[in-house]
Amino acid sequence: MDQPILTVSQLTRQIKELLESSFPRLWVEGEISNFKRHTSGHIYFTLKDENAQISCALWKFRAGRLLFQPQNGMQVIVEGDLQVYERGGNYQLIVQQMHPAGVGSLQMAFEQLKKKLLAEGLFDEAHKKPLPLFPERVGVITSPTGAAIRDIISVLKRRFPGIEIILYPVRVQGEGAAEEIAQAIADFNRYGKVDVLIVGRGGGSLEDLWAFNEEVVARAIFKSHIPIISAVGHEVDFSIADFVADRRAPTPSAAAELVVPNKSEIKGQLLYFAEKFVTLLNKRITNARTALENIRTSYGFRQPQDKVYQYLQQVDDLQRKIQMILTHQLQLKESRLETLKKQIQSMNPDAILERGYSICFKDGVVVKDVAQIHLSDQVQVKLFKGGFSAQVQQIGDKHE
Amino acid sequence: MSKKMTFEDAFKRLEEIARLLEAGEVSLEESIKLYEEGMKLIEFCNSRLEEAEKKIQKLSRTPEGNLETNDWEGEIEE
Repeated sequence: MDQPILTVSQLTRQIKELLESSFPRLWVEGEISNFKRHTSGHIYFTLKDENAQISCALWKFRAGRLLFQPQNGMQVIVEGDLQVYERGGNYQLIVQQMHPAGVGSLQMAFEQLKKKLLAEGLFDEAHKKPLPLFPERVGVITSPTGAAIRDIISVLKRRFPGIEIILYPVRVQGEGAAEEIAQAIADFNRYGKVDVLIVGRGGGSLEDLWAFNEEVVARAIFKSHIPIISAVGHEVDFSIADFVADRRAPTPSAAAELVVPNKSEIKGQLLYFAEKFVTLLNKRITNARTALENIRTSYGFRQPQDKVYQYLQQVDDLQRKIQMILTHQLQLKESRLETLKKQIQSMNPDAILERGYSICFKDGVVVKDVAQIHLSDQVQVKLFKGGFSAQVQQIGDKHE
Repeated sequence: MSKKMTFEDAFKRLEEIARLLEAGEVSLEESIKLYEEGMKLIEFCNSRLEEAEKKIQKLSRTPEGNLETNDWEGEIEE
């Protein structure tokens, strides 16, 4: 036996050298199975097809860079290096990069994140904040050099010249862009003085727009207390940010238009208010006048008037009564007066004289007693008609 | 009118006044007051619309992590 005897280690070493040099960087397509994420963060799985399988390992530091989440049953293209694991006596594929087969990995990542955030409720209508009608200050998070910022500013100023614009310049693509955008959203919330935020950028490839599909941006938008309008790329581009934002604008210009109403439209609205107020006030005054007229002529309001008339009538009645009473009394008095007159008249001596009596006066005093006179006294005698003087010749008995 | 009234506050109040006047349930005296208030608000809004353009500000973080605003020096090509 000329064949040298190898140790296991020697053999394995030879296999390792042979295999690893024969299979430099390679790309394999297969289905993921036995997917395991170790507590260390490394990922182990088996790539298989109908007839064969190969173990794969994805180290932690590379696993973190994957845009999508690998799962069992997923068809993937793995880029990696073949490695013999001497201690285990097996060979495996050390994964450098992995893409979903069929669709691009960005597309896959997009769908996966969308599904995840949707399940978490980040896209729920209930979380959407209404945009302010007339923001005083607008925050803009975008690149300071792109077409987007130019479009946004020109539209805002055209529509509402007095509006305040606060720009937060960020990188909108490349490594770290998503973190910058998320930070800017958080900073605006801390700053607190803007009424609405526009977050976006102009058009580009899916890779260019990628920052707006990252979870960190989605979470920052969701957490924002300030309403956010997303404006990423063109009309056809939908980003994760669009789904989380309170409002999606198809383009940055459109976002600016959503933020502020047209000045001429507001002027029209104000004019409408002014006309309406004048009309309504006039109507109100007319109504009041009519109402007043109605009240004046209403039964209720006529009631007191009736009372007055009733009182007046009563007064009239009373007056009549008083007059009647007065008249009656006057008549009474008059009749009494008549009686008195008659009485007085009945005492008039003329009436007695008329009946044939006469009155004798001595020195103007009626002589009622013979004691008042002496013989030869001159007396005057008054008759009913006329009178005469006489001399006393004889005085009769007192009791005669 | 409070001195910190915003355009939006004013506009909302205008809508409210329109509603109140329309309902016709306020007294005539109140209606006249509302009318006067409304006209003042319209005047206020109009004056806000005519305000001059404001400089664009830039919000940024200082090295200490504080936020500050400055006039933005960037060029905007029209």
